[in-house]
Amino acid sequence: MSDGPATQSPWQTVTITRIEKRTPRVTSFFLQPSRPFAYRAGQHVDVRLTAPDGYHARRSYSIASAPEAGETIELAIERLDDGEVSPFFHDIAAVGDEVELRGPLGGHFVWSDSDGGPLLLVGGGSGVVPLMSMIRHRAARKSAVPAALVFSARIWDEVIFRDELIDFHDRRDGFDLVLALTREPARRPTDYSRRVDAAMMEQSMLRLPAPPRFAFVCGSNAFVSAAAQALIDAGVPASLIRTERYGI
Amino acid sequence: MVTRGFSSGRKPPTDTDARIPPGQYLEQGFPVLSAGPTPRVRTEDWSFTLKHGPRPIKTWNWTEFNALPLTKMTRDIHCVTAWTKFDTAWQGVLVDDILADAGIEPPTAFTLALSFDGYSTNVPTQDLTAGKAIVALLYEGEPITPDHGGPARLLVPHLYFWKSAKWLNGLQFTERDEPGFWELRGYHIYGDPWREQRYTGDP
Repeated sequence: MSDGPATQSPWQTVTITRIEKRTPRVTSFFLQPSRPFAYRAGQHVDVRLTAPDGYHARRSYSIASAPEAGETIELAIERLDDGEVSPFFHDIAAVGDEVELRGPLGGHFVWSDSDGGPLLLVGGGSGVVPLMSMIRHRAARKSAVPAALVFSARIWDEVIFRDELIDFHDRRDGFDLVLALTREPARRPTDYSRRVDAAMMEQSMLRLPAPPRFAFVCGSNAFVSAAAQALIDAGVPASLIRTERYGI
Repeated sequence: MVTRGFSSGRKPPTDTDARIPPGQYLEQGFPVLSAGPTPRVRTEDWSFTLKHGPRPIKTWNWTEFNALPLTKMTRDIHCVTAWTKFDTAWQGVLVDDILADAGIEPPTAFTLALSFDGYSTNVPTQDLTAGKAIVALLYEGEPITPDHGGPARLLVPHLYFWKSAKWLNGLQFTERDEPGFWELRGYHIYGDPWREQRYTGDP
């Protein structure tokens, strides 16, 4: 391999070009890569911060933007009070700052419109982020694949991407948004005021013209465990269900 | 590249630093990660099969497997999602003891760990033998919960933790190093945390 090119570092410097608050605890950071960056909906990146003494902290974040969104990558980051990297983003990072990024990563929790559907997406809190990439990808491709998102949040004002999701729903082009608010009354006729359960999954699947071919579930470990079990109880084969957990 | 405004306030003290591989942070909890729903495997339905290629060598049911010698293994574990947890205490059956009970020497240099949910991960056979790995049945003295891979999971603590397959139902010796589930999806073929072999293409 002596005649090959020098090995390029897998890390690249990205510049924060825009910061947009989504909910009280979730803020989107738009990153401009320095090298071409092609990805699939649902993938994630590793972000690395470096202290003056060389100490690194790295964390994984899902990509919220669609592959068609252009050059910038959107990460929607929830502030974890006892975290190490998310407080940096929320409290310190400013437009023009640079961080290091590696990716795209992950080849399992991914969907593209050529994979077909119907598509059933189930997200809890910031677990909606990789699902948002899929929904935006579907919209950008003007895909006819039927899709439904069951999105659980505590309250209406913590529904990340709320206006954009309602706008996608209102297009009536085969995408349905079902909100499950756990600490507030439902506001839309399609919504629920409780935690996800098997009955909710059954009813949500009736919004699809056929049983789902793919089910993606993302959120905290407790949410994913409950939601995946609800899907299984509603008759979705376990083999169709792909999960992504924060770990905690 | 130094990140503006980021300090090393969370840098672990030097006495523990030497136990934390590059790019990892110390975690007190025990996070759960998996590619799909958690299978609920009842011990009465559980079995473990040793295979050479497609050919079964020996199968144990839960009672038979639990009659094999139990070995304690307390180790630091390292997840590719960057957390490291110190001193996790497991008990299980050494892969060496499984081979001895089957009356065989390892027939090939490579192994696939196989799980009830269809997951697989590849490990060189020499990373499983000579006391390096167990099929764990207990965590901190209790049956392993389904979230953490119970009834039985592989424990290969010197490699990133995705190699320690949950819901294990067999080991298959293979002629070649055959990539498993995550290894086919962008993760490193070997996964040494001390060499930071996280993803395909890492040295």
